[in-house]
Amino acid sequence: MIRFENVGLRYGMGPEVLRDVSFHLPERSFQFLSGPSGTGKTTLLRLLFMALKPTRGLITIFGKDRSRVTRQELPLMRRRIGVVFQDFRLLDHLTTYENVALPLRVRGREEASYRADVVELLKWVGLGDRMHVLPPVLSGGEKQRAAIARALVEQPRILLADEPTGNVDPQLARRLLRLLIELNRMGTAVVIATHDIGLMEQVDARRMVLSGGRLTIYD
Amino acid sequence: MTSPHAKATKQAGTLAGTAKAKLSEQVKRQAARRLARKQTPIVPPDSIANRAMVLVIAIMTFLSCLTLGAVTLVRDTAATWQTQIAREATIQIKPAEGLDMEEALSRARGIAAGHAGVRSAEIVDRQATARLLEPWLGAGLDIEELPVPRLIIVAIDPVERPDFAAMRAELAAAVPSAVLDDHRTWVDRLVAMARTTVTIGMAVLVLMLSATALTVIFATRGAMSGNGHVIEVLHFVGAEASFVAREFRRHFLLAGTRGAAAGGAAAVMVFLLFSWWSSRNMATPEGDQTAALFGNFAIGASGYAGVGVVVLLIAALTAATSHITAIGHLKQIDT
Repeated sequence: MIRFENVGLRYGMGPEVLRDVSFHLPERSFQFLSGPSGTGKTTLLRLLFMALKPTRGLITIFGKDRSRVTRQELPLMRRRIGVVFQDFRLLDHLTTYENVALPLRVRGREEASYRADVVELLKWVGLGDRMHVLPPVLSGGEKQRAAIARALVEQPRILLADEPTGNVDPQLARRLLRLLIELNRMGTAVVIATHDIGLMEQVDARRMVLSGGRLTIYD
Repeated sequence: MTSPHAKATKQAGTLAGTAKAKLSEQVKRQAARRLARKQTPIVPPDSIANRAMVLVIAIMTFLSCLTLGAVTLVRDTAATWQTQIAREATIQIKPAEGLDMEEALSRARGIAAGHAGVRSAEIVDRQATARLLEPWLGAGLDIEELPVPRLIIVAIDPVERPDFAAMRAELAAAVPSAVLDDHRTWVDRLVAMARTTVTIGMAVLVLMLSATALTVIFATRGAMSGNGHVIEVLHFVGAEASFVAREFRRHFLLAGTRGAAAGGAAAVMVFLLFSWWSSRNMATPEGDQTAALFGNFAIGASGYAGVGVVVLLIAALTAATSHITAIGHLKQIDT
């Protein structure tokens, strides 16, 4: 589904942040992306999400060469990738329901056509009774679940989560992990960027470890 | 047999059940209503930066419209000066030895009236001439005792002006002491003055509009800078650039129109107020003096149309700036 071959990236004239990174993310796979802080986890996620272009190497996403993806094609391809940001990135003036429904709204769909699906999804992530609340009054865990629901609302083929348990207590972290595992069982590939070893030990999954800009994979 | 207490308990239970069902129905209806309500706009509706932008746009539109109105007023007044002066010419006949003044006046009037482009030629009679000289020579003047030149006022068609050279030649032949003054020197001076005034006014207007445009651009960009996170989120949830730009354009067009319309309306009110004051003071010395300088203080249909155009331009400029800023921000994200 997504393939990296000898990918390197540097910001401006600085040193290479990522060096000769090669891996393949198959459909329905589940993996952790780990490594110490500042080793390029978020940068790698940004490459996966096509928010950055590599300075060298080849990235193939859904069978298409990244360097040939035009600006107009980007939004359409991004709709197949769900992203959960470390800082949630919810819009504070929209309710939880409106935040989660945002990806469908920007596609120009009528609200009546997706209302039931969004409500069902909110109930699935445990926010059924918080759907008309504005993000500033949600707890960290609720915000995280709202961000996950927003990433899933378009039924993406892959979900990228950047430190999804970074702002929550261990109990909630386990609940969120179970949610992501359930999602993976339903057919969505999952990449979780984390440096939480406790979290990774709970699941027997592939680990991609970044260190000094190089990637090592432990299957 | 059921005891009254048990009956009462059963009734209470039924009532409580009904009330609970009703409440649950009410909650469901409320939830459905909340879901069905109008969606919140994607661009945050009101922020301090947004309100400041609307205020800045209103003030700048007001000042631009006032400048436009002032320039319109000056242009119209200058045009009136020109046409009023250019509408008349004067034939002056100086007394000379052996000249029959009345006969000379009549002959000169006949010559002037005979030319194409002359609407009428009127001799200024003795009483009127005496009145003209009254400020210098006092009342009770016997004009017959003094060698006073006499005048003929020639009214001219400003569109099709007569051939003054031919008229002058004909007059010189028929009445040698007649002098034709077509006010050319005055007209030329006034035209030059009016043109200079209008040019200065237009330059001020251009500067004012440029300042307005720049202020509107900076105010819009300032208001947009607070929305960077909205653009980013929309971008990452798969919104196309055209969608993002459209949302911001619509929002800022409305905000810009609100500010510009308020400024334009305030300017129109000022013009109407001056116009009303001017019409109220029409017959007074102050009013006459003001009217002599600035006309009747009405900016006319073209002035009001100009205000409308300024309002529309400023609203469009706000929308265009927000569009360009949003697209620029999206390009920055996708580097």
